[in-house]
Amino acid sequence: MLLIKQGRVIDPQNKIDKIADVFIAEGKIAQINPVRKDGAFHGGVGLSNGVKTKINRDNCEIIDARNKVVIPGLIDIHCHLREPGREDEETISSGAEAGAKGGFTTLCCMPNTQPVIDNQEVVKFIYAKAKETKINVYPFGAVTEKQEGRKLAEFGELKEAGVIGLSDDGNPLLNSGIMRWALEYARVFDLLISVHSEDINLSKNGSMNESFLSTVLGLEGIPDIAESIMVARDLQIAEFLNARIHFAHISCQKSVELIREAKKKGIKVTCETAPHYWTLTEECTRSFDPNFKINPPLRTREDAEAIKQGLKNGTIDAIATDHAPHSSEEKELSFDKAPFGTIGLETALAVGISELVEKGILTLSQLIEKMSSEPARIFNLCGGNLSVGSPADLTIVDLDKEWTVKKENFISRSKNSAFLGRKLKGEVVSTICGGKVVYKK
Amino acid sequence: MNQKQWNKKDLLGLEDLSREEIELILDNAQSFKEISQREVKKVPALRGKTIALLFFEPSTRTRASFELAAKRLSADTISLSSSTSSILKGESLLDSVKNIEAMSVDLVIIRDASAGLPWQVASRIAAGVINAGDGCHEHPTQALLDLFTIREKKGKIEGLKVSIVGDIAHSRVARSNIYGLKKLGAEITVCGPSTLIPLKIEKMGVKVAYDIDEAIREADVLNVLRIQKERYSIDSQIPSLREYRRLNYASRSNKSWAGIGF
Repeated sequence: MLLIKQGRVIDPQNKIDKIADVFIAEGKIAQINPVRKDGAFHGGVGLSNGVKTKINRDNCEIIDARNKVVIPGLIDIHCHLREPGREDEETISSGAEAGAKGGFTTLCCMPNTQPVIDNQEVVKFIYAKAKETKINVYPFGAVTEKQEGRKLAEFGELKEAGVIGLSDDGNPLLNSGIMRWALEYARVFDLLISVHSEDINLSKNGSMNESFLSTVLGLEGIPDIAESIMVARDLQIAEFLNARIHFAHISCQKSVELIREAKKKGIKVTCETAPHYWTLTEECTRSFDPNFKINPPLRTREDAEAIKQGLKNGTIDAIATDHAPHSSEEKELSFDKAPFGTIGLETALAVGISELVEKGILTLSQLIEKMSSEPARIFNLCGGNLSVGSPADLTIVDLDKEWTVKKENFISRSKNSAFLGRKLKGEVVSTICGGKVVYKK
Repeated sequence: MNQKQWNKKDLLGLEDLSREEIELILDNAQSFKEISQREVKKVPALRGKTIALLFFEPSTRTRASFELAAKRLSADTISLSSSTSSILKGESLLDSVKNIEAMSVDLVIIRDASAGLPWQVASRIAAGVINAGDGCHEHPTQALLDLFTIREKKGKIEGLKVSIVGDIAHSRVARSNIYGLKKLGAEITVCGPSTLIPLKIEKMGVKVAYDIDEAIREADVLNVLRIQKERYSIDSQIPSLREYRRLNYASRSNKSWAGIGF
């Protein structure tokens, strides 16, 4: 048995925020006991080998969590683990380790691998590899075969093999007719589609936000309407079908406004954003550093502000990393030729603490909600809470610890972080998944 | 060059230069123009220095100009073009540049189809970097030459009205000329079909005209740009070259050009 002692336990789903001892037995949360004023030990009863056992200090391994916070393990509903196909950039194993270091106990990986996750064999491969890691890794399945946007993938087969959702992330679904059938057919299997909203006829070969700055820098621009037009389209399709829909990596004010209005109308929509969209702006592009080349692109300060407000007022439900590893050979090119993406698993929580909690946009509990319980709720995943009997997936964080993002400290196989050199506050000291310590600083 | 006043490592774009720095270069160029008209066209200013010419995009005039300039100033040059460079063979930019630096090069001159590449290189090496044109971004030496020519023909730049005509969106010369001319006190109008004028360019402090006659009417100087066919698909931004010609943006037979000295 494991005892996490005297940490500040935050569980948004159960509305807990108090100093308590957390007992773990059989890989599950066995008990959460408030610490008594006199500091005396509660004891209690937990399950051990299926037998009710008196919990006491002697039969527990103890982790001291004084002055730390204990939260449900983080859940990332949008990352790219590159396996199969680009194991030079990331593997399921290296991604899982990076995730554990970042406080994640569950990763949901996107299907734009080589081959694409569009059939049972690839899903089985992902689960076989996932089993070798210490945390939970679940795949998204493709919406269309090879993510080519032409023919629906076999959702039933994919569901049976264990995909937790569907997405053509990276290859936006341009054909409105296919999107309609996809949203409609996904209902049969209670699968949610995570939509990458981008009209590639508008984004073309652009590499940054289209604005006065793209004019100055002579870089081809990607206008915000390339995203919002598709958000508007798919909200209408979802409304027409009364179907659920989830929008991935929302980056601009126009999309936030559309989704806010849709929620008011009762459309069944959820959405996520990523840490770079509220922290960084297109101004970063001035350096021509390809680590700032991300899709959707970093937008204006007004857009970043709208993202923060969207998080605050609940329009944006969740925070995902969109962890997108790239090899230095491919990323360290000129800005227009470099691939899109930043890694994010090892920085997301600290960026949330530094830029949202410290700056008064979200409470710590709200941040955890958007990085753990809401992602679990949206994709119907296990975890996201510290209820007794739930899997013991939890993360211990030192909120006050300041650190600087450095290339050499990343566990991820790729080092393309948009946050390199940035000072952050809040560090994961320990991650526990299924009752086992999977990361320890 | 006067070391007291020029203290930059690189010459990347006119956006980064002050009026004083631009004037310093133009004044120095004046004396070098004389050298080019002498019987013996060589001075020892850069003797013992090594200059790498990295032209990753086709170029005739700019490349010949730089090579000629380097030789007349007594520098040694090495040339690398994209067909012989390792950048295309999967070597990262950083590696390629570090290799060039290891050859103890003093100055690197870069022409590339990608905006910003000279900035990326300059931030990574100790050698000086001169931008010989980066994508649709800047072409500072072409702009300096244009400023030099205007100053020579018109006697000054302050107060002149300059119209830049044609494909503004894809022109690095337009951007560099706007910075240079603005800093030296000219008033600028950019003119072209609306699809070839980039978003919010007015914020650079220029007027926008779609009508060529309007742009010419009050101009003291015209700067005519060619269509940058290699940078985009013409079909989507203008219907055809013949329709472009109909708009007279680049037509030298246009009557309204008469009387303008450029």
